[in-house]
Amino acid sequence: MNAPAITMGESPARRALKRFFRQKLAAVGLVVVVAFVLMALLAPFIAPYDPLQTSWTRIRKPPSAEHWFGTDENGRDVLSRVIWGARASLMAGVISVLGALFIGVPLGLLAGLIGGWVDGLISRVADAMLSVPFLILAIALAAFLGPALENAMLAIAITASPVFVRLARGMALDANSTDWVEAARALGNPPWRIGLFHVLPNIIPPLLVQASLAIAEAIIAEASLSFLGLGQQPPAPSWGSMLNSAQRFLTQAPWLSIMPGLAIFVVVLAFNLVGDGLRDALDPRADPK
Amino acid sequence: MWVWLFRRIGQVLPTLFILSILIFGLQQLMPGDPALILAGEERGDPQVLAQIRAELRLDRPIHEQYLYWIGNVLTGDFGFSWRIRMPVSQLILDKLPVTAQLAAMSFIIAVLIGVPAGILSAVKRDQPADWAANGVALFGISTPNFWLGIMMILFFSVELGWLPPSGYVPLTEDFWQSIATTLMPAFVLGTGVASVLMRHTRAAMLTALSQDYVRTARAKGLRERVVIWKHALRNALIPVVTLGAIEFGRLLAGAVLTEQVFTIPGFGKLIVDAVFNRDYPVVQGVVLATALIFVLLSLVADLLYMALNPRLRQA
Repeated sequence: MNAPAITMGESPARRALKRFFRQKLAAVGLVVVVAFVLMALLAPFIAPYDPLQTSWTRIRKPPSAEHWFGTDENGRDVLSRVIWGARASLMAGVISVLGALFIGVPLGLLAGLIGGWVDGLISRVADAMLSVPFLILAIALAAFLGPALENAMLAIAITASPVFVRLARGMALDANSTDWVEAARALGNPPWRIGLFHVLPNIIPPLLVQASLAIAEAIIAEASLSFLGLGQQPPAPSWGSMLNSAQRFLTQAPWLSIMPGLAIFVVVLAFNLVGDGLRDALDPRADPK
Repeated sequence: MWVWLFRRIGQVLPTLFILSILIFGLQQLMPGDPALILAGEERGDPQVLAQIRAELRLDRPIHEQYLYWIGNVLTGDFGFSWRIRMPVSQLILDKLPVTAQLAAMSFIIAVLIGVPAGILSAVKRDQPADWAANGVALFGISTPNFWLGIMMILFFSVELGWLPPSGYVPLTEDFWQSIATTLMPAFVLGTGVASVLMRHTRAAMLTALSQDYVRTARAKGLRERVVIWKHALRNALIPVVTLGAIEFGRLLAGAVLTEQVFTIPGFGKLIVDAVFNRDYPVVQGVVLATALIFVLLSLVADLLYMALNPRLRQA
């Protein structure tokens, strides 16, 4: 175990960044994530066809030079739909996790810093939500909210928030007993100031790790909800809903089932690699490898 | 032991109470009036609407509705399906054995793959076997299990014709046919859990292998095989067993999509069908039932932990 040489004046963030990029797999994951984000943003420019353009003469054609991923049951270009579908998946992943952070972190900090009945109430609600398996809770929420991509994202955000409540609460409790928070309190800082300026900056690393792993989970959750028909509504493309309609043509047009699933798999794998890499890079106790 | 058990149940009760409020509250999220949905064609008739509202107690204050609902739940009455016109508890009990069979088979598959892979990975740390096991686990976690299901149908049913692509035969009807129809879905469900089990077994084994008692065992001159199997593994498996009980609960949830892909008439199919029929009492009932099973399983996990770890028994 060789400790990396620490040069004076190098910030911890820079050091973590270096440690992150020293892990080849994590770096590859990040490159893949960036590529998918660019693909989603630039979809109108890089998609070879209109994702909604149907064509009677091109129904269920296997992959060819013209249509790399083939065409679907309405003659739409599958590659273009996979490219546009990245928007729904990444948006659902990122926005719902941001939502979960905005719900979970303040509540967790509140519970950890104030304690007493506030902590009791927030923690019990988080426990109650965690006792329902993730997907079942998301399905139930999406069902009652009505089928739409926005509602699916809201459902995933709410379902994913208790994990962040627990994480933030635990970290706040830890931070609460440290000398620097004690000092901040002795100087007369109100609890909200302590939470915002003294505790929050210190818990960002673990939150970042958890968030990137949660994005992977949220992307699968969005695909699952769309697969069940509770997310993105047709004809708008989403990997999950594409898999749903593809299932009817499994024997005649297997490429319809293979491509969108492969896209989900690659992007989720990439987020998991980034998450694992961040964990190793940000944890000062981890093996510097 | 009994004191501990009572204290533990005391902790669970407030959680269940809040859970019941949340599940009941789901109804309030619904856009529109449930009476209008139920009335269907007759939604213009105020008399029908009033009758539905009175029957479902929608005309009462919300706290009264809750008390009535929770009172029924406590006596095992989960309400009445709006569409199938059957008690929700009956529907759940009908579907539960199917999903339980699926979950049990996946669990066996998960343990058979996950635990040995974790042990191997820890013993051969930083060697090719470890990398391979970690790589496979990462793939297992990153693959959406419903897609894996579709791919397996494509390969084993469509291409090779080895296994039926969908459907379900009850165990009591035809044992081997039942196993054949559930083998693929069970494998699909099992791989995700196997990945989680593998990672935890590896971590627990690594911790156990670095303990003093393992060093002592090695210093005594015991063979490595005995050290690993008898000294390290027994201690490493304690957290894994408790995790296993909790993962079993998660299998019930994962079954939702898997049952959809393989058209198996279980618990998951019940909730999905209920969602599309807007049969809200069934959705609420299934959520409540899974939560109860989950809470019960975590309790079992804690008990197992106590039983396996004598150090905790005095406390």
